[in-house]
Amino acid sequence: MWLFEQIVEFFSFQDVNIRYVALGTLLLGASSAVVGCFTFLRKKALVGDTIAHSILPGICLSFIIFKTKDPLMLLLGAMLSGWLSVYVVDYISANSKIKPDTAIGLTLSVFFGVGILLLTHIQHSGNSAQAGLDKFLFGKAASLVQNDVITFGIVSVILIGTIILFFKQFSLISFDVHFAKTIGLSVRTFEVILSTITVLAVAIGIQTVGVVLMAAMLITPAAAARFWTDKLKVMVIIAAIIGGVSGIFGAFISYTAPSMPTGPWIVAVLSFIAIGSMLVAPKNGAISKSRKQKKNQRKILEDNIIKLLYKLGEKENEFFKNRSIRTLKNYREYPEKKLLKGLNILKKKNQVVLVNDLWVLTEEGKKAGMRVVRIHRLWELYLTTYLRIAPDHVHEDAETIEHIITPEMESKLEHLLDYPEKDPHSANIPYKNEKDINE
Amino acid sequence: MSDFWIILTGCLASVSCGLLGCFLILRQMAMVGDAISHAVLPGIVIAFLFSGSLDSVPMLIGAATFGVITTYLIELFNKKGGLQKDASIGITFTWLFAIGVILISLYADDVHIDQDCVLFGEIAYVALEPLVSYIPGLSAPSTVWVLFIVMLLIIAMIIFGYKGLFLTTFDPSFAAAIGVSTVVWHYLLMSAVSVTTVVSFESVGAILVVALLIAPAATAYLITDKLPKMLVIAALVGVIASFGGYYLAVWLDASVAAAIASVLGIEFTLAFLFSPQDGIIIKRLRR
Repeated sequence: MWLFEQIVEFFSFQDVNIRYVALGTLLLGASSAVVGCFTFLRKKALVGDTIAHSILPGICLSFIIFKTKDPLMLLLGAMLSGWLSVYVVDYISANSKIKPDTAIGLTLSVFFGVGILLLTHIQHSGNSAQAGLDKFLFGKAASLVQNDVITFGIVSVILIGTIILFFKQFSLISFDVHFAKTIGLSVRTFEVILSTITVLAVAIGIQTVGVVLMAAMLITPAAAARFWTDKLKVMVIIAAIIGGVSGIFGAFISYTAPSMPTGPWIVAVLSFIAIGSMLVAPKNGAISKSRKQKKNQRKILEDNIIKLLYKLGEKENEFFKNRSIRTLKNYREYPEKKLLKGLNILKKKNQVVLVNDLWVLTEEGKKAGMRVVRIHRLWELYLTTYLRIAPDHVHEDAETIEHIITPEMESKLEHLLDYPEKDPHSANIPYKNEKDINE
Repeated sequence: MSDFWIILTGCLASVSCGLLGCFLILRQMAMVGDAISHAVLPGIVIAFLFSGSLDSVPMLIGAATFGVITTYLIELFNKKGGLQKDASIGITFTWLFAIGVILISLYADDVHIDQDCVLFGEIAYVALEPLVSYIPGLSAPSTVWVLFIVMLLIIAMIIFGYKGLFLTTFDPSFAAAIGVSTVVWHYLLMSAVSVTTVVSFESVGAILVVALLIAPAATAYLITDKLPKMLVIAALVGVIASFGGYYLAVWLDASVAAAIASVLGIEFTLAFLFSPQDGIIIKRLRR
């Protein structure tokens, strides 16, 4: 009941503070997720991390120079040094043998080092106005006030507006830089715009979640969304929803348990969603992928066994003879367990029967085996006739394709090759209505 | 005497980190090192709950375990989840770091880990520690002892495992062909990185330890192509930064660890510009 009351109290948004915190984290989560989609797709997932660590020296310098905590001046400093760090990473990796990941680690840690040097210098200098600068380190989501939310609102509008305005250009430079160049798009300009809004998103978001976790606000929703869709527009929308929901959830947890930090909870929820998506997403998720893989392996196993039984029958001219596991093993080097598993599946499909521990093809099984053999031989013939591949090079390929070819493709092949009788190795190509052809 | 201990702590930490960093950047795993240094946080907190102190055996075990878990998760997300490498690094370390911070808040009464300390440490604390004497006639703060032992272990690992490390770094397929296990060396190196991160944690924190890992190695990499030379230069670069950083910090009245990182940045910039081999100014003159 306590939880329920808390939920009602929180989500009724009666309390002004709750309203600000929830709205602030929602805006932040959603807008940084939208921007993050593009850094993620451009395979620059750690750019957000670099910027987050690198804005500190800018903030401190602008405080030292202008002696003010005016958010706009601090933001200006933050943007300049964040921007510089992106440039430095590119410059180092372009002009030396240092690899990009080393350049990223180097830049972010040294910039951060300089930032901490300046920050501790300011703190020790006894200037009382400095109090609060450390919110750029750890974030202070729980203490969001009206002014912050207004700032977040404005920045979110700028970020999302820019993305909508240049959506086409951004998707071009994310997916195909070379194509973008050939159609005359100024790639450099849009890269600059994109990194500028990334810097802006980081500079704002870091005050809520802190240096280390800012990277997650950008890329984790994008990565999670990527599992659910292949369409960029849908991905951006899903990422925004995931980011926003996690933001509100984080705010809710630190509302019910005030000692709990908001930022880490937002990231914990985000990671939970991302890992969940990675597992259960219908098409790209790990579970459905491995299920598909298992299904394919079973199909291959079935096909191979039924093909073997058919070929043995063809060789001995006696399709419905009893055959022992050992005979089968002589021809196909499967472990006995695997062989038995495949035979049992075939038995359920009524393609083989078990008689006194020996396996026999059924009429249905013969048909199934014939089909695999036919496709195999048709394909071999297709390769030798149309692709001019030597007959002794086509078997391997046919071995793979025989499991994939659909009935439609099968009849196309038959038409194309005009119902041939022999494959390149002069083996008979069996047909369903064999008798009609023979007679 | 206190400045001696601070500089010595800096030197020990930066030599250990610099040596390991060489292998990290040559294996293109710089960001994996970064991820580990953040992701050991939950390990540190859990071990702290059990042992009640920062320099203890459970701490090292906790850290090494989480270092290996991090590496494993990154690979899992990358291979099974189909996420690109950098994204899986980013997701893994932010996730584990978030859990670490949540654990600290949850057990705030039992775990005395300062938030500032998590990020940038406080090397000056070493001077406040009581001296302990493990070898007759030699007494030092316990942090110095721990860092010293870890450094010896790392040097021993590099000397005795040189062949394995060398082969698995430069030619993993050849190493595998002659029966050197790439997996074993990989995880051994990652455990060494986690342990070093943890023993340096109190002094330099999770982010600045990354500077110690990467910057000396990257600087040395610009100066030489030979691995043994690179290792020595990286260690030297770290030692110079420890001295320079200390006096810079005294002059500015600022964090020593941050000053060390800043000096490392200056050293890298100098190598980047003037290295006889790869410096961009030298390259331009040659053209």
